[in-house]
Amino acid sequence: MRFMIGCGSCGIAAGAEEVAKSVRERLSAEHSVTVDLVGCNGMCFAEPLMQVKDDEGNDYYYGRLTGEKAVKIVDAFLNGEIPEENKIEGDELKFLKGQTRIALRHCGIIDPESIDSYIEAGGYTAFDKILKMTPDEVIEQIKISGLRGRGGAGFPTWFKWEAARKENTEEKYIVCNADEGDPGAFMDRSVLEGDPHSVLEGMMVAGYAIGAKCGIIYVRAEYPLAVKRLTIAINQLREKGLLGKNIKGSDFEFDFKIMKGAGAFVCGEETALLASLGGDRGMPTPKPPFPAQKGFRKQPTNINNVETFANVPWIIENGGEAFAAMGTEDSKGTKVFALAGKVKYGGLVEVPMGMTIRQIVFDICGGIKNGKKIKGVQIGGPSGGCLPEELLDTPIDYKSIGATGAIMGSGGLVVMDEDTCMVDMARFFMDFTSKESCGKCVPCRVGTTRMLEILNRIVKGEGREGDMELLQSLGSSIRDSALCGLGNSAPNPVLTTMRYFKDEYTAHIEEKCCPSFKCASLIKYEINPEKCTGCTLCGRKCPTKAITGSVKNPHVIDKDKCIACGECAASCRFGAIFKVSGEAVRYE
Amino acid sequence: MKIKPQIDFSVVDEIIGRYENPSESLISLLQDIQEEYGYLPTEVMVRISEQAGIPLSRLMGVATFYSQFKLNAPGKYKVLVCMGTACHVNNGERVADAVAKTLGVKEGETTADGLFSWEEVACLGCCSLSPVMMINGQVYGKLDGKKVEQVINDIRKAELERAGQ
Repeated sequence: MRFMIGCGSCGIAAGAEEVAKSVRERLSAEHSVTVDLVGCNGMCFAEPLMQVKDDEGNDYYYGRLTGEKAVKIVDAFLNGEIPEENKIEGDELKFLKGQTRIALRHCGIIDPESIDSYIEAGGYTAFDKILKMTPDEVIEQIKISGLRGRGGAGFPTWFKWEAARKENTEEKYIVCNADEGDPGAFMDRSVLEGDPHSVLEGMMVAGYAIGAKCGIIYVRAEYPLAVKRLTIAINQLREKGLLGKNIKGSDFEFDFKIMKGAGAFVCGEETALLASLGGDRGMPTPKPPFPAQKGFRKQPTNINNVETFANVPWIIENGGEAFAAMGTEDSKGTKVFALAGKVKYGGLVEVPMGMTIRQIVFDICGGIKNGKKIKGVQIGGPSGGCLPEELLDTPIDYKSIGATGAIMGSGGLVVMDEDTCMVDMARFFMDFTSKESCGKCVPCRVGTTRMLEILNRIVKGEGREGDMELLQSLGSSIRDSALCGLGNSAPNPVLTTMRYFKDEYTAHIEEKCCPSFKCASLIKYEINPEKCTGCTLCGRKCPTKAITGSVKNPHVIDKDKCIACGECAASCRFGAIFKVSGEAVRYE
Repeated sequence: MKIKPQIDFSVVDEIIGRYENPSESLISLLQDIQEEYGYLPTEVMVRISEQAGIPLSRLMGVATFYSQFKLNAPGKYKVLVCMGTACHVNNGERVADAVAKTLGVKEGETTADGLFSWEEVACLGCCSLSPVMMINGQVYGKLDGKKVEQVINDIRKAELERAGQ
């Protein structure tokens, strides 16, 4: 019997370490069971998690655990029972069963701090296999697989590898882009924390294919656990003699370096990442020259994303055709999405390309929380776009998503319900990109700032006639003229929300009304005197002392003092406080 | 006026010595310096410039570009409030408001007792626990104004008790 406890940084934050400690204390050597601390299996909604594999190989999943609850479950299994309490089943289990896992194949199953655990699961067989292949044969397999970069732009992986391979120099580099900065995306962190060896193996395969001896992982400093597990994994490779010169008796030489990023979203752009690797401000440079020609230290450099590398060993093991058998004409294999926002079961979901957004949100993730209505999804982070409910049947592939005006991006998928204001959402992303703009080119530096100013005005109720046209024209100019991918795609959230949620913009600008009751300047709170019992609770909660009234008498809100923070409505036990925006009224 | 403690430059020199090529490894080097001092003191930046032959302008350029680098001493407890998409959708700005209110200082500032500093950061990657904040590496999830106040006041109380002993 095997107990697996999910110890990704999200699991740990939810209390997984206490669960692990209690389970370990309960068990002694006489019990013929193993307890493994594994990575995250992606069921973030039910953390802390424990998976139990019985001696017949059946799997049982338990969630929302505490140390005490976990011990009860362990006791039951030791008695030959299958406990029902805290068991994840039905719709919740569909979340896991509805997926096809390649990049996440080991996450939540193997011990990420043990190379033996990875090898036992079939790890490093792809590496053994390529040592018997020529580099061209390796690239051919990647070409057959149809693998495209999972970081955002979706460039064919084999093409980049071949470009770097063709360069006739001694010194070449493989770089893993682990600077996952999209707010709302956390798949790279999960792979690095849950299965670091698959990324390292993918990088070694790439190194062999292009003729590089050094692999550099550029990882966010905000991911300390990922850095720790990568460091452990690299040391284990070294101990096993799988790094250095003449690996496994071949001519192949390889080693790794980890470089911690210092917090700049633009460093996810490959030329900016290279500048950062060289110790400079992470500012992009025009292409060409492409990194494959002149990258790190001005040498040919191949840069791929974490998820891309994690797919590589699987492709080599199973053959390019097996990967290409999944997905659509234009997009092969699977894609990992990070589901967050107003979705019922949030977490990591890996599905074959071609599945629709609706299937992901409703069939796998259980739909919307609290029985509310879906308004749309935000896909692709600050470079992506907001798609309305009508477009939820769009299949997930690079071409179809691109046609909507959004991008696949790294796979952030934030689900929004009727309470989400799309203008505010666009403003949020514009605020993000304008802060993260490196400042090198005028369209991005000045353009995003101007767009943000207009949006700030609109959400404050100071929108003017012509603002939408101005946003449209600024957005198109930035898209066409910014220096790098971050700038080019920065207007996407605004352009897509204007395209699909035009009514909301009009309501803000013309009627000074926020139909979602989100923009604080456009809503006011009022008290229904018939429902108010005069309990005085709201008055005590109000941070600006805007609520007055005596005990047992209906209270009133002074509209001039009210900052629309919502503390009163959240505290009212009688449902007496309601919001007003323009002509519309809503009770909480 | 508080007298600034004398900085021991041998520590700085030792850190510079860790790197074969300090110019190329500048970001890692500055991370090590910040690990040591909690921020990048001006005297230390001048020392690095002299010892490694890197223009001070470039050092400051790099230090001000990346959000991780601080030029002022932070509090003993560094509160990071997540401003990611999921936290935003789940009312993350109220967490920021509550932190500001409880600490009584603006973003990027340190409380007078030197205990706390706070800042807004991009996604911390714990979206399922949103809204979240992180204090010295520990994540606090599913927050509201009250919980924020409680977490901070608990730390404050524990510190006061420790100081009283």
